[in-house]
Amino acid sequence: MNTSTVNDVAGAQVWDEPGLGRRVLNWLRGDPRAALSLVVLVVILGAALLAPWLAPHDPTAQNFDQMLNGPSAEHWLGTDDLGRDVFSRLMHGGANSLYAALLAVAVALVIGVPLGLIAGFVGGWTDTLISRVIDTFLSFPAIILAVAVTGAMGIGLTNAMFSVGLVFAPQIARLIRARTLVVRQELYVDAARCFGASPLRLLLRHVLPNAIQPVIVQSTLLLAVALLAEASLSFLGLGVQPPDVSWGAMIARGYMYMSIVPEQMYAPGLIIMITAVAFNALGESLRAALDPTIKGHS
Amino acid sequence: MTTAVKANRVKQKMVVSRLLQALPILVLATFIVFSLMQLIPGDVAVTLAGENASAERIAQIREAYGLNQPFLAQYGDWLWRAAQGDLGASLLSGEPVAQTIARTFPNTLLIAFYAVLLSVLVGVPLGILAATRSGSPLDSGIMGAASLGVAVPNFWFGMILVLYLALTFKWFPATGFVSPREDFSAALWYATLPALALCTNGIAEIARQLRSSLVEIQSSQHVRTLHAKGLSPARILWKHGLKNVSVNLLTVVGLLFNKILAATVVVEAVFAIPGIGSSIVNAVLQGDFPVVQGAVLAMVVTVILVNLFTDLACTVLDPRISEA
Repeated sequence: MNTSTVNDVAGAQVWDEPGLGRRVLNWLRGDPRAALSLVVLVVILGAALLAPWLAPHDPTAQNFDQMLNGPSAEHWLGTDDLGRDVFSRLMHGGANSLYAALLAVAVALVIGVPLGLIAGFVGGWTDTLISRVIDTFLSFPAIILAVAVTGAMGIGLTNAMFSVGLVFAPQIARLIRARTLVVRQELYVDAARCFGASPLRLLLRHVLPNAIQPVIVQSTLLLAVALLAEASLSFLGLGVQPPDVSWGAMIARGYMYMSIVPEQMYAPGLIIMITAVAFNALGESLRAALDPTIKGHS
Repeated sequence: MTTAVKANRVKQKMVVSRLLQALPILVLATFIVFSLMQLIPGDVAVTLAGENASAERIAQIREAYGLNQPFLAQYGDWLWRAAQGDLGASLLSGEPVAQTIARTFPNTLLIAFYAVLLSVLVGVPLGILAATRSGSPLDSGIMGAASLGVAVPNFWFGMILVLYLALTFKWFPATGFVSPREDFSAALWYATLPALALCTNGIAEIARQLRSSLVEIQSSQHVRTLHAKGLSPARILWKHGLKNVSVNLLTVVGLLFNKILAATVVVEAVFAIPGIGSSIVNAVLQGDFPVVQGAVLAMVVTVILVNLFTDLACTVLDPRISEA
C-alpha cells in the first residue's frame, strides 16, 4: 500500500500540488480556446448582471414616438414595437436567460447526481430500477416533455426551466452511475472501507469527488442546451412572461415585426448562438483538460 | 459454416433480449405520461369542470373520468383504452385525440424525416471531406461551421430562412402546410424550409462524429499496413473506413431523429404548421390535458420504436458480430 492511499483515507493531501488558481491559470495559458470562451462568457454575464446600472435605457420604458426604429446613435440596436430600447432589453434579457440556463442545470445536478451515485454504488435491484427509469426518460423527446411538464406545473420561466432540468437529470444520472461503477472498485475506496468509513462517508469523500469530472464537462455542455431550451420555451410563450424579457422572448417579439424591422431578431439570436458556442467550447476544453487518459496522472 | 451459424445464434439472442428490454421502457413511459396529469396542482375535476361549476357538475365529471377511483386503477383503465386506440377526446373541440394525432402526426413526421435525410446527405460528405483532409484549412472550416450548427437556435434560423428565401426571394412559401396525404409534392415544397431549419444540428453532429471515427480508423495500425501494401486511399476509405463506421453512424442517426422530432415543436410554431408539436403546445396553453397526454404518448412510442429499430439494425449489420 503506498503512502498516497493512506493519506487519502485520512482525508489529507501531503504531496505538493499547485493551488487551484495556479492550475486554472496554467490551463488557460495553454488553451487559448478555453481562455477566449471564458472571456466571452464573463463579458456576457457581466453585462447581464450589471444591466440595471450599465444599460443605457430602462428596458420597459415605452416611447410611442420611436416605435420600430432601426439602429441609431441613441438606440444602438433600434427600438421595438413599443419604442423600447433593444440594446437595453438585450442586457436585461441576458440576466433572465442565463438564470434560466443555470437553474435548469442546477436542478439536473441536484436530482441526477444522487440518483446516479445511489444506482452505481448500491447496485442490485435499486440500480436496475433507477436505470430503467433513466432509460425511459431518455426516450422522451426532451423539449416535448419539458413543454408537457410546464403545462402541468404552470406557465412561467422558473417552472419551465425546472422542467428542463428534470429532463436533463437522467443524462447526468447515467453519466455519474457509469463512473461510480468504475470508481467503487478502486483500491482507495476498498482501503477506506477497511478503515471503517461509513457508506455515506465513502460516497461523499471518495466516490463523488472521483466520479464528478465527466459531470462537470457535461454540465458546461448542458448550459448551452439549456440556453437554447429557454429560447424555445419562451418563444412558445411558456417561459418568461411580459413585462419580463429574455433572449427567447425577444426573438418571438422580433418575429412578429420581421417584415418591417428584420434587424430586431438578429441580435438576440446571435447572442444566444455566441453564448452557446462559448459554453460548448469551454466544455470541450474542460473535457480535454480533465480527461485522465490525456492528463498525466497527478 | 459453423461460425456463421454461431454468429446467427448470437444475433438472434441479442435481438430477443433487445425486444424484451423495450417492453418495460414502453410500460414505464405510459406510466410517466399518465402521471403528468397528477402534477397539475389542485383538483383535476374542478379544473375540468371550468369556472363556477356546481358541486354536482364536479361530482359528475369525477364520475365520468373515473377520478374517484384509486390512481393505479385509473392508470390501468387509461392504458387499456389507449391500447385499443381510445385516447379520450379534446376538452375544447371534442375531437377524439386519436383523430387529432392521425391528422397532425404525418405532417410532423414528414418534416422530421426530411430533416434527418438532409442531415445525412450533407453531413456525411462533409465529415468524409474533413477526415480525408484532416488538419487542413478546409477541415478547420467544416469543424468551425459545425460548432455554429450545434449552437444556432433552429427556430431562429428558420425565421432567417423565411425572411430571405420566402419573403425576399419568394422561392418557398413562408408559412402554412399541405398534408402529405393530400398532395405529397406540395407537402414536400412546404416542408423544405422547416426541414432546412431543423437540419443544421444534424449536419453538424453527423459531420463531427464521422470525422472523428474516420480519423481514428485512419491512424490505426491495420490501415497503415494497408497503405504500405499499396491499396489506394479511396479503396481504404470505402472498404475499411466507411464500412466500419456505418454502424456507428446508424446509432447517431437514430438519436438524431429523437432530437429533431422534439425540435419540430418550435419550428412548427414558426412556420404555422398544423403538426403534433403545435397541438401539444396549444393544448398546454389551453389546459387541454387529454390532448397533451395522447400526443406526448404518440411521440414517445414513436421514439422508442425508432430506437428499437436502429438498435436491431445495428445488431444485424454489425460486421464484428457476423465475423466473430
